[in-house]
Amino acid sequence: MGVEQKLGDMGIVTTKLEDLVNWSRTNAMWPMLFGLACCAIEMMAAQASHYDMSRFGMELMRASPRQSDLMIVAGRVSRKMAPVLRRLYDQMPEPKWVIAMGDCASCTGVFNNYALVQGVDEIVPVDVYVAGCPPRPEALIHGVVTLYEKVKGDKFKDLVKE
Amino acid sequence: MDKKLETIVQALQEKFSTSFEEYSDEVHVFVNPESIVEALTLLRDKYDFELLSAMTASDYYPQMLPRFHVIYQLTSLAKNLSVQLRVPVDGAEPKIPTATGVYEVANWRERELMDMFGIMVDGHPDPRKILLPDDQEGFPLRKDFPLGYEEVQFTFNIDDIDLRKNYAKE
Repeated sequence: MGVEQKLGDMGIVTTKLEDLVNWSRTNAMWPMLFGLACCAIEMMAAQASHYDMSRFGMELMRASPRQSDLMIVAGRVSRKMAPVLRRLYDQMPEPKWVIAMGDCASCTGVFNNYALVQGVDEIVPVDVYVAGCPPRPEALIHGVVTLYEKVKGDKFKDLVKE
Repeated sequence: MDKKLETIVQALQEKFSTSFEEYSDEVHVFVNPESIVEALTLLRDKYDFELLSAMTASDYYPQMLPRFHVIYQLTSLAKNLSVQLRVPVDGAEPKIPTATGVYEVANWRERELMDMFGIMVDGHPDPRKILLPDDQEGFPLRKDFPLGYEEVQFTFNIDDIDLRKNYAKE
């Protein structure tokens, strides 16, 4: 259902405010520019011309957490890195989302030991988990589109914090 | 063994009454903790071992006593030689004197020893943790350090673990 069909002859669109806000949130989501391990290489590939994530409005990686609304945790998080990651998350303005990219970020994959945080969901709330070691760029893009679907279904009453 | 190295090992043996072993063209000389600084100084100044190329430790628990060997791998670029000094250290209160006075590079290596093996270094100029977070408990490279496994979620126990897993809040 494109906007053109809703336009009619009068140049007016009627829609729900909820839908409009969610639509505007999804189509220019800016991820934060950081990578923690080999998954970051696949993330770069996803942004480069061959896969071109900017088709989904995501070409702009921001080097500052203040300007980004999506955190892609690309790689394993060591226990020493954990407070830093949480701090970056806290510095992001609302609304914000997190994608745990790859097995390490989701559940530490093969590294079940003292050095790493066992799943980044112990530090930040994760919206979408992308499986793979590392996931292919298509998988990451699929994760992002899945996140879009999730955001499009958001209800205002659920987002209000008590 | 290399001829040039043989004289050096002999000199070490006479001076510090040490033993040595050979393993696949490598020479390991055993030195007491008390005389390690002196031995390193001698090798650096008299025998041109100008590079401490590696410094680490090995935990032989439970097969061997004393359980730790602190390992100094020395290289002489001038003479194209390399020799390994091994310092056996007891497990009860592992302690070695600092080598930072002889080789500056030992600074970070010794901090790593303190982090990973809990081998304390006497007289270290900067004894903070280097690799591990400040609140780390235990010494991960010791053989008796628990592996710290977290239970893996499978289909049969995923709900169980989900309930008690400590998820982050917003």
